[in-house]
Amino acid sequence: MTQTFSIIAVTLVCLTTVAVGGLGLRLSRRTSDFYVAGRTVSPRLNASAISGEYLSAASFLGVAGLIYDEGVDLLWLPVGYTVGYLVLLVMVAAPMRRSGAYTLPDFAEARLGSIGIRRLAALLVVAIGWLYLVPQFQGAGLALQLVTGAPQWVGALIVAVVVALAVGAGGMRSITFVQAVQYWIKLTALAVPAFVLLALWMRSGSATPEVPVSWAEPFVAVSGDDHPVYRSASMMVALCLGTMGLPHVLVRYYTNPDGVAARRTTVTVVALLGAFYLLPPVYAALGRVHLPSLPTGVRSDTIVLQLPGQVVEGIGGDVLTAMLAGGAFAALLSTASGLAMSVTGVLHQEFIRPRLARLTGGDAMGFGGFRVAAAVAVIIPFGLSRWMEPIGIATTVGFAFSLAAATFAPLLMLGVWWRRLSRAGAAAGFIVGAVAATAAATATVVAAPLSGWAGALLANPAAWCTPLAFSVAVVVSLATPGSVPRDTTRVMVRLHTPERIHLDHSRLID
Amino acid sequence: MADRGGVPARVRVTSSRRSAVAGRSRPLATDLDEQTELGDVYLAGLMRAQLRLSLSVLSALVLAVAGFSVLLIAVPAARTTVLFGLPLPWLVLGVAIYPATWLTARTYVRQAERIEAEFADVVSPRSEPS
Repeated sequence: MTQTFSIIAVTLVCLTTVAVGGLGLRLSRRTSDFYVAGRTVSPRLNASAISGEYLSAASFLGVAGLIYDEGVDLLWLPVGYTVGYLVLLVMVAAPMRRSGAYTLPDFAEARLGSIGIRRLAALLVVAIGWLYLVPQFQGAGLALQLVTGAPQWVGALIVAVVVALAVGAGGMRSITFVQAVQYWIKLTALAVPAFVLLALWMRSGSATPEVPVSWAEPFVAVSGDDHPVYRSASMMVALCLGTMGLPHVLVRYYTNPDGVAARRTTVTVVALLGAFYLLPPVYAALGRVHLPSLPTGVRSDTIVLQLPGQVVEGIGGDVLTAMLAGGAFAALLSTASGLAMSVTGVLHQEFIRPRLARLTGGDAMGFGGFRVAAAVAVIIPFGLSRWMEPIGIATTVGFAFSLAAATFAPLLMLGVWWRRLSRAGAAAGFIVGAVAATAAATATVVAAPLSGWAGALLANPAAWCTPLAFSVAVVVSLATPGSVPRDTTRVMVRLHTPERIHLDHSRLID
Repeated sequence: MADRGGVPARVRVTSSRRSAVAGRSRPLATDLDEQTELGDVYLAGLMRAQLRLSLSVLSALVLAVAGFSVLLIAVPAARTTVLFGLPLPWLVLGVAIYPATWLTARTYVRQAERIEAEFADVVSPRSEPS
């Protein structure tokens, strides 16, 4: 029975995604429809869409699993996911919208006037996007395997195909509706079972779980030199500063009508995320009550999906499990389509369209190239997800955040607020950050398991990579005043002047 | 005044058009737009005000997070105190921090919009067509 219900729930979610995506196909007429939904999305719809896109498999399954595993120290994880938007709000939200750029590479070029930096940013967008897509595909495999027994690659393949179809069909306009709907699907799918489980738990006498001290109390090292304080701090840095550098997050800001709307959108996003993140700890704690230990070979990522079956007998448990499976799939699909969308946009703009134009002498315009890009954007991470299977969902996501924090955070924050940022400085900081974060991630995977300071520093690199990238950018900029772009002041006028003030020359026409 | 053979007497000419408005015929927005030195001063002022607001939000955030962590590390009793049926760390990190973040975000947006409104009033008063 569980299988039947779950398959129905997953199919429903997939069909909704493709159907709403198809609806967008009819509405998508111009290039700006494809990339930024014609810039006419209202703050409320946009906030639902941003939250729907942001709450990934890592949030729906992974957060509860990690808190279940490691306890109170991992509560910092959802906190960081939410606070990241506060940092994004105060540092870059309105100026990013006012920059008038479509993508992160567009911003880099508009601010610094350098094709080289644009290329670097494009490479990083693709890298971060793929790094973040891999765990989505893995989560799909896990979820489907648990509820139906299908092999892991099946779930991943389904998500890959649905996402490629949805993105290739209608671009950003269709994705916006899909995302907004999916936030509410996810919240309902996680909240209803949580309340049922809580009610049952209270009725049965509110048993407290038997847990080790390191689970219930903060900053207690499991082994001698685990450095839990450093790890938590570094994770917070990665999440707070990485959020603004995630390619699928910023592209949403370009769909706001103006800078003021971009700010208001973010406030609603913080509220929606906060509401959602109240729930995973409930699953983690109840998991400790009902499933004190997991059978060997079962990953804690699946705790959310296992719990209803353990607690509720018969058809009720089946329905709740199916609901969670559907919600998990919605989470995967929305994040994966958002990521695929940004990666597709960059691949198309930077790499495919120029080649295609050269090959065909400019004949092959239109959206054919866009659809080729959509296929490429999805196939490569799908392959990677088969190869990177042993690495946990949250670990890969953590690396994506660290990489974003060490590269885009300095570029965006200095770019928006500091007029003396030079091309050489921006490029140097960007490269140093990217190399350091990538090296740390590679070392952790290759040389695992590392312990002590080496292990902590390499597994949570953001706390040193990000300041390093910032200082390199600042020092090199100060040393090379000659390569400060000449039109810096004009760009600054555009980024910071409120829309109410009429400017003839400094604004771009949307 | 002596007559000098039909030549009119000299008159000292001074400017005394007291009613004339000595002022700028062009709005400050044009200065901003064309990046004159004056426009630059105004832009710098706007950016400084916004950045100060942003940094104060960030420092409040860092202080709150670091302060709570230090409290947990330094005062072991705080780790196990139970409030409203939940241990303090779980209550703060699992529940209370979300409405606090939202309130901070809302306050920030109001302040930022106020700075922009004041700036806009100075640079291009509402009476002008915009």
